[in-house]
Amino acid sequence: MTSDTIMIPFYQALTEDVNALPAPQDSLQEVRRGALERFSATGLPTLKTEAWRFTNIQRFLKEYPYELTSTPATTTADVANEATIPGLDAYRIVLVNGHLQANLSSIPEGKGIRIGTMSASTDAPGFAKWFNQHTQVNGEPLADLNTALFADGLFIELQANVSVDKPIHLIHVYTSDRHAFIQPRHLWVLHKGATATVIESTVHPKQEAVAFSNCVTEVVVADNAELWHYNVQQGAENFRQVNTTAAQQERDSRYHHFNFTLPNTPFTRNNLSVVLHGSNTETNLKGIYLATGNQHVDNYTFMNHLVPNCNSNEHYKGVLLENANAVFTGRIHVHQEAQKTNAFQQNNNILMGDKATINSQPQLEIYADDVKCSHGFTAGQFSADALFYLRARAIGEEAAKALLVNAFTHDVTDEIAVPALQEYIQGQIEAIMNN
Amino acid sequence: MLTIKNLHAEVEGKKILKGINLEIPKGEIHAIMGPNGSGKSSLASVLAGRDNYEVTEGEVWFNGKNLLEMSPEDRAREGVFLAFQYPVEIPGVSNINFLKTAVNEVRAYKGLPQLEAKEFLKLTKEKQQLVDFNTNLMNRSLNEGFSGGEKKRNEIFQLAMLNPSLAILDETDSGLDIDALRIVSNGVNKLRDAEKSFVVITHYQRLLEYIVPDFVHVLYNGRIIKTGTKELALELEEKGYDWLKEAEHQKESV
Repeated sequence: MTSDTIMIPFYQALTEDVNALPAPQDSLQEVRRGALERFSATGLPTLKTEAWRFTNIQRFLKEYPYELTSTPATTTADVANEATIPGLDAYRIVLVNGHLQANLSSIPEGKGIRIGTMSASTDAPGFAKWFNQHTQVNGEPLADLNTALFADGLFIELQANVSVDKPIHLIHVYTSDRHAFIQPRHLWVLHKGATATVIESTVHPKQEAVAFSNCVTEVVVADNAELWHYNVQQGAENFRQVNTTAAQQERDSRYHHFNFTLPNTPFTRNNLSVVLHGSNTETNLKGIYLATGNQHVDNYTFMNHLVPNCNSNEHYKGVLLENANAVFTGRIHVHQEAQKTNAFQQNNNILMGDKATINSQPQLEIYADDVKCSHGFTAGQFSADALFYLRARAIGEEAAKALLVNAFTHDVTDEIAVPALQEYIQGQIEAIMNN
Repeated sequence: MLTIKNLHAEVEGKKILKGINLEIPKGEIHAIMGPNGSGKSSLASVLAGRDNYEVTEGEVWFNGKNLLEMSPEDRAREGVFLAFQYPVEIPGVSNINFLKTAVNEVRAYKGLPQLEAKEFLKLTKEKQQLVDFNTNLMNRSLNEGFSGGEKKRNEIFQLAMLNPSLAILDETDSGLDIDALRIVSNGVNKLRDAEKSFVVITHYQRLLEYIVPDFVHVLYNGRIIKTGTKELALELEEKGYDWLKEAEHQKESV
């Protein structure tokens, strides 16, 4: 995986000649070539692509003359510290544009724990077995593009019954002197009975240049393993992102995914898909998107029930201010064999801006007959009575709205299992609302 | 303390208050009674600043300041407190956080430092005992799942915490059984002092047996048609409102 920067305009290469894009020279040539061929055949999504009906990604890709960059960059402790969550006792791993910066990281060690760069982990058993295996990675244009050209990322493999004693705080720093298209790639494998908590944060140093991240994370949660996965998307004006998380669950496993999209990244697309290969699993997909200005936030989620007796619970809550625009797709596929499935989905929104919009689409495909599935969508405004009640108790209008937004999102934030993170998210929401 | 002059207000173009004049000096308790739809709760809402009411005429002065020009939060910070007839349930906002925010907003307005956690806790305990408010309710979401009585007691507890100079109790007795009524009234009586005034809006004389008013006003059709002492409340209990309504209609037709 060597570094390289392309010379022809990136967007032009994407649409006309992807082979002109420089693929890193490593042991993954065959996989990369296959992915590039698939990408080449499908091309970039358009508004006619079912999964991208409300998000015109080409508009965002054309916005700046990005360069595909895989050059390792470095950052400083001060920059990484911007992601500090007060009171959080955690291992810290700092990735700069996807490249591990060891001197700022404290990587958990111990028997059965293997954590390192993707480029140095291609020999790991978990890598060979699970890399690029998820159906929502292998065959999705943006993920294929990542597979073809990614430079590096974080590999985690926990052997059977290994628990990481503290959360892993993964800090992504995106930085570049020039407009950059950055493609981190991660693979986290938890073998039988392993448990871990990963908290992702992002930091964007102040700079003129814009960074566009097309990040892919593959997650494997084997029999009876449990992963708590939090993604805190604190954005910046100079950032754009497509974030693909693709998880596979085996028998009796538990996967809890929390996504928090906060201001001010103008464009965010989160692809989150979970496929269930074993029964008696539990999956929680929880999200909060709080968007301001002209932010566009698109959460595309896909719960794929292949086997019987699994439970999935999805709850996304949106607060849209000013001209913010959000999209939520909740796709649930219950296959014919997947009897006794419980699959619940809720998407609730508060539209505070006059021009704020939400496009929400539940997509339930249910082929089994003995299941419990439900979905619900709401879009509304603050209760005038509640707002008046708080103001009549001396609480200023802004502070009252902050309280009500925290109240609105509480059924998601209440589920955060790390108290310092819970307090942090609530504090962030309050601070944003008071601004 | 509070001076209301020729107050007219309407909601969605419908005239509700049609010239209210009322003077409430410091330390007094004034009861406002009247039949359904007479404008009692509307008067409370207008004083607290609910924004669906439009004041079309008149003035309201509170401690020398023009109350009608203030936002609801500033009215509260100046010392106006409305105990709601229907306290709102707000899931996800804890009672204690809500109170801490409210108390500190008032303090900030008065240029006082924020209360330390310890001081706040002490104040909370003290007031809780004063008005007999259950500790278990403190950590719950604001009014969520509270019984009618618990909600009203929470209003009185908030009144104790915020220590306003003018408290308007909007049908605080509605939906209360006799025991709850006694507890709520006891709370109010303990909070009475020479600096504080109360406006007690009620339908029934019953509440006024516990919270004894200095004056009783009868509101009908958006106007105060009779003012008397606490004996007036007894008379109303006995005779109802019809005799006053008739007298008012005769006056109008003359």
